[in-house]
Amino acid sequence: MSKIWLVIKREYLTRVKNKTFILSTFLTPLLFAGLIGIIVFITVKNTDKEKIAILDNSGVFTKATDSIKAVQLRLNPTVDSLNYDKSGYTALLVAPHQGINQSNNWRLYSKKSLPVSAVNAIEDRIRKGVENNMLMAQFHVNNENIDSIREQAHQLQLEEKRLGAGNNDRNGSSVVAYIVGYGASFLIYITLFIYGAMVMRGVMEEKTNRIAEVIISSVKPFDLMMGKIIGIGAVGLTQFFMWIILITVFSSIIGAFIPHDVMMQVNEVNKGVPGMQMSMQGSEAMMALGKISHELSSVNWLLITICFVFYFLFGYLFYAALFAAVGSSVNEDPQDAQSLMFPVTMPIILAIVIMINAITHPDSSLATWSSIIPFFSPIVMMARIPFGVPGTVPYWQLASSMILLILGFLGTTWLSAKIYRTGILLYGKKVTWKEMWKWAFRKS
Amino acid sequence: MPLLEVKNLKKYYATQKAVDDISFSIEPGTIFGLLGPNGAGKTTLLRMITGIFFPDEGEILFEGKKFDPAADALRIGYMPEERGLYKKMKIGEQAMYLAQLKGLSRPMAYKKIKHWFTKFEMQTWWNKKIEDLSKGMGQKLQFVITVLHEPKLIILDEPFSGLDPVNSNLIKEEIYQLARSGCTIIFSTHRMEQVEEICDQIILVNKGEKILDGTVNQVKQQYKENKFFIGLAKTPPSVNSQTFDVVSHEENNGLMVKIREGYSTNDVLEFFIRQQLPVREFHEILPSLNDIFIRLVEGSAAVTRQFQTVVS
Repeated sequence: MSKIWLVIKREYLTRVKNKTFILSTFLTPLLFAGLIGIIVFITVKNTDKEKIAILDNSGVFTKATDSIKAVQLRLNPTVDSLNYDKSGYTALLVAPHQGINQSNNWRLYSKKSLPVSAVNAIEDRIRKGVENNMLMAQFHVNNENIDSIREQAHQLQLEEKRLGAGNNDRNGSSVVAYIVGYGASFLIYITLFIYGAMVMRGVMEEKTNRIAEVIISSVKPFDLMMGKIIGIGAVGLTQFFMWIILITVFSSIIGAFIPHDVMMQVNEVNKGVPGMQMSMQGSEAMMALGKISHELSSVNWLLITICFVFYFLFGYLFYAALFAAVGSSVNEDPQDAQSLMFPVTMPIILAIVIMINAITHPDSSLATWSSIIPFFSPIVMMARIPFGVPGTVPYWQLASSMILLILGFLGTTWLSAKIYRTGILLYGKKVTWKEMWKWAFRKS
Repeated sequence: MPLLEVKNLKKYYATQKAVDDISFSIEPGTIFGLLGPNGAGKTTLLRMITGIFFPDEGEILFEGKKFDPAADALRIGYMPEERGLYKKMKIGEQAMYLAQLKGLSRPMAYKKIKHWFTKFEMQTWWNKKIEDLSKGMGQKLQFVITVLHEPKLIILDEPFSGLDPVNSNLIKEEIYQLARSGCTIIFSTHRMEQVEEICDQIILVNKGEKILDGTVNQVKQQYKENKFFIGLAKTPPSVNSQTFDVVSHEENNGLMVKIREGYSTNDVLEFFIRQQLPVREFHEILPSLNDIFIRLVEGSAAVTRQFQTVVS
């Protein structure tokens, strides 16, 4: 016991003291915060819209200028398809002389291809104009009346309520669940790779540096392998906790810089003051922000954090043993590592593919079953949990998933230990999967 | 009571018999040479003695009791042929780590390392990394780590490879001293001149089997070929006798002869006396271990070759 502790201590301390570890621990949250900042900046400040001239005698476009997503439309009867670009437009939209009400008669001329979102926005606008035209012609309804009715109707929002024990008074939110689930399972996916590969490299280092035999004469191979796996797992947990602390500190610093009245506004939205007139565009964003912060508080963070730590830990342990077995079978050649690693990385990649499907259909049988099978459960289950326990994920599923994952971890460790103890002392020979299979299942 | 007794040890792999029924025993304080060509099964044998492998059959007795890898491994110091250290770890920390794995407490490990580092003039290495050391320096460090915890049994696999003569001598002296203080040393090598110089007892292993066992002198006596060197006062004319064959003419009027069966050294001397040739020097030539090694190992190879021709 004291020896495995020594191994854990060494694995942990050499890595935590490493400069790369310290740098990545402190830089990743900064990078993360910077990335979010850049994304927010781009979405808010995206003034770079395509200018499109419109030739329209039909009256579908009534406003002289109209700014919609990604495009700025301007009625301009002075240009034609020959000189629109000289007047500073990127494209020219020409209304048909006949058959206005069929949008496929409309023509959009441009030299370069426009972004899909711009084309879609223009199409939407034409449809709406045509719709208004037809309504006017057939039912004599005024445009403005329709718009005001639409606006009133638009303010209605669906409030989701989940039934069942545990989240009676909780307002469910699929959007937040989606984001949280996606983020959590992706984080597990990435860490499985990072720390799994770290275990594999560590084992390979011991083998190629020929230190394994020196150590194995005083420590059991199993203790050496487990010490390495646990030590690196502890490094992973340390990094997570550091990130959580740093992100909390950073966000409170950033929070201090947001003006007070803006925060007040967010809080008011948060309380759900109805019928507040928002005329400015900025307030719309504020409302969305308020809604998100309201929904964030509806998620069961404690449960998600506990499950996240559990699935990270046991998912890591499940795969780390396999990575250790691969590392022990590899010789100096990194090419071998690639081909031997493939069967281990395969299920992880498959899990992320299933997860992308499961997050949109968290109740599907694919999602249910793959969140119970240990090979996929750490990633797929983490995508489902934010949708609600026991609403979307019944307790029996969560329990059997966790128990199977623990059993699976014991199984892979047992198999890997047998491969490891043979592989680690075998020099200069290329090991095949068939041989590893034999080592794993022969009687010792 | 022997320190280590190996009885009918066997270890079979799927394709070969790595160790096939080997027995020997080592008395405390001896320097024991384990010889054999590449692939003879030496490493497998040593791995069983250090508890890394379990034997398929047979038993190992350590100080008269059945060998218990968990407990007894701490009283063995093993320097494998394939050896290395962590590249990125400081040498002092590395030595501390390995010493603690051998069961020393932290302060004890520190004291021992200080002692050995001072002895080998390695004090300045503490904060260096293996990358900064030459191969020979690494070798010295390996040796220190192997003997640090004062093991009863020290196993050294090719300890001198990569060492310059000065450091070689340093380690050799240390080995003698350890043996004098009661340590038992198993010494595995291909370098026969070192074996002749250092070892008290040897065994030769080939293809998993023990083919030779004894003290260096016993082995030489066993494989002597009745060869003698005769130094004469003047260049001999053609020598022709029924008692011996001339193997070769040596420098300084020397003759190498092989006595024919049924005759003794006196018959040879009688011949020269009768010939009126004054004999200045007369001594037996014992085969070097190198010759014995090559003869035995090549002989076994020859058997396989013959066998193959018969089959084809």
